[in-house]
Amino acid sequence: MKMTQIDHLIEVRGLKKTYQSGDTCIDAIRNMDFFIDDAEFITLMGRSGSGKSTLLSIMGALNHPTQGKVLVDSLDIYALTAEQRADFRSEYIGFIFQSFQLIPYLTVLENVKLPMAVTGTKKKLQDRMAREVIDRVGLTAKSLRLPDQLSGGEQERVAIARAIVNKPPLILADEPTGNLDSKTAGDIMMLLQSLNKDGHTVIVVTHNPDMEAYSDRTIRVQDGEYMA
Amino acid sequence: MLFLVLGLVIGVSTVVTLLSITDSMTRDIEQRLNRFGANIVMVPKTESLSLSYGGIDVGGVNYSVRELDQAKLADIRTIKDSKNLSVVAPKLLGPVTVNGRTVLLMGVLFEEELALKTWWHKSDGIFPEKEDEVMLGSQAAELLGFKAGDTLVLSGIPFKITAILNSTGSSEDDAVIADLGASQKILGKAGKISMVEISAFCQGCPISEMTLQIAEKFPDAKVTAMKQAVMSKMQSIDMFKSFSLGVSVIVVLIGSLLVFVTMMGSVNERTREIGIFRAIGFRRGHVMQIILLEAMLLGVIGGILGFVTGNGIAYGLMPIVIKDGAFAGIDSYLGIVSILMAVALSLLASLYPAFKASNMDPSEALRSL
Repeated sequence: MKMTQIDHLIEVRGLKKTYQSGDTCIDAIRNMDFFIDDAEFITLMGRSGSGKSTLLSIMGALNHPTQGKVLVDSLDIYALTAEQRADFRSEYIGFIFQSFQLIPYLTVLENVKLPMAVTGTKKKLQDRMAREVIDRVGLTAKSLRLPDQLSGGEQERVAIARAIVNKPPLILADEPTGNLDSKTAGDIMMLLQSLNKDGHTVIVVTHNPDMEAYSDRTIRVQDGEYMA
Repeated sequence: MLFLVLGLVIGVSTVVTLLSITDSMTRDIEQRLNRFGANIVMVPKTESLSLSYGGIDVGGVNYSVRELDQAKLADIRTIKDSKNLSVVAPKLLGPVTVNGRTVLLMGVLFEEELALKTWWHKSDGIFPEKEDEVMLGSQAAELLGFKAGDTLVLSGIPFKITAILNSTGSSEDDAVIADLGASQKILGKAGKISMVEISAFCQGCPISEMTLQIAEKFPDAKVTAMKQAVMSKMQSIDMFKSFSLGVSVIVVLIGSLLVFVTMMGSVNERTREIGIFRAIGFRRGHVMQIILLEAMLLGVIGGILGFVTGNGIAYGLMPIVIKDGAFAGIDSYLGIVSILMAVALSLLASLYPAFKASNMDPSEALRSL
């Protein structure tokens, strides 16, 4: 089941990202052109420092490219104002960050409800939607716990629940299994796979070749360049 | 955040302590000064100039000696600032002959007079309470050879001497002090009074204005403020107020700086959190709202805690600052001002940190993830 009416959910055209470090310019991304179809499960593979996380943040409307375009659902996201991009992220993208990145003083339920705080969803509906996704990731019994009362795998599930609560078409995950043991990592990848089957387009940054098995396609990044 | 609340509590409590102590001190000084007696005197208008100084009279001609009507005295309670009138003590003065000597008869309302002249102490007996009772000044008692319990005859009417007044160093020492009504009968001046001494009991009340208000009601009277007492009172109050204001401004400035530094530190520490907020779709305005809402909440908590702490410190310090001094009580107006001040302080000091947080580039913020 697709969540949009188009084939290419993401189109990356002539993308370049250069960082300035003192007098030196470092090309993190060089002349990338590719597309990702709707409801695809992609793994972005590459060595540490290859530019895969930079690419993910650019596709996630967080990091302005030096050159090129990123079209999501035919929308040139860097032609939008900063506030429009914030609205775009809220509506289109679910982020799963490295090391979970939950708000430590909020409970599981509150962490999951957080993205809905800016969507105008009514409190009652927020509560129902958050409980639904918490149930989906299997943490119903722990919804009132704080993050530090949960295991690493459970915290990752909370991060996934937070990413999908607004039902975004696109889920971007940066090394979601990096801090987990292989069994828990496998469980998390299966959970992402089931979300993909529900119609979410999932892009996972990883350097673990074992994770490739869960995806439809792998995009390799080497020294900032796209390797098919 | 604990440091921020602590900063606000210290700032607000210092200001509240200073203001409460100043208020308590002011009231205490007021009360003490009021014990010095009248601060407004009303006498009938005359066409003479005074030729006396320091109790030595060198003559003077009264072309028309008038008296005031006692019945009209009630009008004094209708002036605009009547709530500040404490004691109104009318008197009738006149000469009487006792044992062949002429002495000053001073007719007073004992209740009012004793309230006004708290320094009056008797050497013997009890203060007069009835119309047929009198007391003698120390000098008069000695010269006339009377003591408490004796009977004194004035214009054929017997009066019981109930007390002899200790020396006061003023005119009362030479006088026979009797009830006002009885004195009016003896002197044949029914319903008349020679002068009125007034004590205005207030905190920095406008004595000059009150004097004018009384003068308007009594056009036949000369109303004079005893400026020395009033001026010293006002100067004391002004001095304490200026001191408190000065210290309060310094404390508020230091408090603002503390809140600003803490809030900046908090924003820097929360870069990661702000990055997450921005990544999941929070607009700049939302981030600013969060920081300012927190600042407001902390301001309310800091204001309430500071007000309670400040009052507690003032309550504990008052007996040390002024011997036998009492805490003036909790001022709810000051409470509201304290909370509003803490909130305003917290919001103002958080404006720049909130602006900085809201303008944080999400990709930069997320680099710390």
